[in-house]
Amino acid sequence: MTLRSRRFVDRLASALAAACTTALLLPLVLILGDLLARGVGALDLGLFMHLPRPVGETGGGMANAIVGSLTLVALAAALGLPIGVLTGVYLAEHRRTPFGATVRFCADVLNGVPSIVIGIYVYTLVVLPMKGFSGYAGGIALAVIMLPIVARTTEEMIRLVPTSLREASLALGVPMWRTTVSVVLRTARGGILTGMILAIARVAGETAPLIFTAFGNQYWQSGLGGPIASLPVQIYTYAISPFDDWHRQAWAGALVLMTLIGATSLSVRLLTRGKIAHGR
Amino acid sequence: MTLHAAPVSAPTALERGAAAPGVTIRVDVGPLLPRRGRANVGDTVFRALTAAGAWSLVAVLLSIVAILVWKSADAVRTFGWGFLSEQTWDPVANEYGALPFIYGTLASSLLALLQAVPLGVGTAIFLSEMAPSWLRTPVAFLVELLAAIPSVVYGLWGIFVLVPWVRSTVAPALTHTLGFLPFFQGPSYGVGMLTASMVLAVMIVPYITSVAVEVFRTVPVAQREGALALGATRWEMIRMGVLPYGRAGVIGAIMLGLGRALGETMAVTMVIGNRPEIAVSFFAPGSTMASVIANEFAEATSELYVQVLVEIGLVLLVVTMLVNVLARLLIWRVGDGGGGSGH
Repeated sequence: MTLRSRRFVDRLASALAAACTTALLLPLVLILGDLLARGVGALDLGLFMHLPRPVGETGGGMANAIVGSLTLVALAAALGLPIGVLTGVYLAEHRRTPFGATVRFCADVLNGVPSIVIGIYVYTLVVLPMKGFSGYAGGIALAVIMLPIVARTTEEMIRLVPTSLREASLALGVPMWRTTVSVVLRTARGGILTGMILAIARVAGETAPLIFTAFGNQYWQSGLGGPIASLPVQIYTYAISPFDDWHRQAWAGALVLMTLIGATSLSVRLLTRGKIAHGR
Repeated sequence: MTLHAAPVSAPTALERGAAAPGVTIRVDVGPLLPRRGRANVGDTVFRALTAAGAWSLVAVLLSIVAILVWKSADAVRTFGWGFLSEQTWDPVANEYGALPFIYGTLASSLLALLQAVPLGVGTAIFLSEMAPSWLRTPVAFLVELLAAIPSVVYGLWGIFVLVPWVRSTVAPALTHTLGFLPFFQGPSYGVGMLTASMVLAVMIVPYITSVAVEVFRTVPVAQREGALALGATRWEMIRMGVLPYGRAGVIGAIMLGLGRALGETMAVTMVIGNRPEIAVSFFAPGSTMASVIANEFAEATSELYVQVLVEIGLVLLVVTMLVNVLARLLIWRVGDGGGGSGH
């Protein structure tokens, strides 16, 4: 091959790679554009203030689903975050032991388990014994999904803490656990928080495991013991319904959900930029 | 905080060497010494707590497998292996076969890979080797944003934007150009295997891209410099220095994407048409393991019906686990051999 043709191939490859990137980002632009175009028009105050109306009546909102989603995510966070962080600390401290490697492996496998399977699991474990769909079941399902994400990000962030910091603390006679809590975790705080918030954002959009754990509800929830509405399930129900007014509300609901999730990811990224060294 | 009562006067480095004669520095090295009967209570408790967390994660994973096996035992006994190769799905007549769903899952995922792999690997090469540095961060963020879009939003967009477009534009164009193949014949209703695979491709592409970028990052600089020093163009450097080195990792990244595609539920359920049939045409509606569970689980009336759906869940779990484990092993081979190549 001549130098000229080699240069040509080089430019062609660059152009192709750039084209791939463009083609990949195109759907993102289209989806966000459609979400805005169709969602904004349907967005009104009633969406945040009213309960869904019965089939056939126009109007109504998703107030119960928004509150329900917040409740479910809060419950999942209360369960999943502490256990996840403890597991992450364990993983970081037992980096090279066989059981540590096993737990890390299990976390990665659990992270790959389809969320619908986690739904079946929680259905059997919670819904059947309680004899009914409930907020508890929904929260537990979401917590199981959060667990491996939080554990692995916590581990990664702790690994970025310089060993010398830890040694300095231990050399001063500080017990191991105080060193971990006050020095290691405090240093890695920003990164761990980022991981937590991203895990929350991730489960906030989960639908599949909620369909048969929290189920959904057209009214205000009666505590955590009964079926509870959530934004993703409401969007799903409305999207596959035959009613135009419900389709309109599904777009508005999706815009609200996407705004919440996008704002969370973006703010976390901006807030922690440069604070975590190379923490992805 | 518990303080250690009696300082131990062990000879320290300072005492032995550095300190001036006559000056004794007492250092409490107790916490650093091997524990013998004086373990810190706080340490014991904290250790137990973190171990409990670790065990609970293992327990959750094991109990997921155990519960799915237990809750599908009757169905497994009733239908045996034939369940996997049987095509009839008729809950009313109590006849259940999982083949249409297994086929649907595999076909939609593989079709999605065909579309996602070139885009994902191409973008990864662009991001790690070619893009100017000011472009890298924003593009990487946008790719991650694609992964943050909830499945149900993809489904909503699929129903109202992608499905009509496939029906009116994509399917006729494919019939026109590739219509001699049986895959692109027959009417298109918009919903179907092709549409589902398109949505899946968009959903898994961020995973493939970000893992592949990580993999390329592990390629030693010397490898690149060596190629360039021999007079290679940038593309030749990538083709001969970077790609072969990262091949196992890139295959791992692709399999990680495949694992996601196999288990993806809502978006697929909303656009695939949900018909438990095996059709040759990609335009025809189909169904996947995940979509049949999502559609029918809450409404399954008989005990056996539920058991059958759990068994489908078990098959799905086993397949995704195998794919994910294989992916991890491949990625670890190029990574640091045991830890951090993340998600």
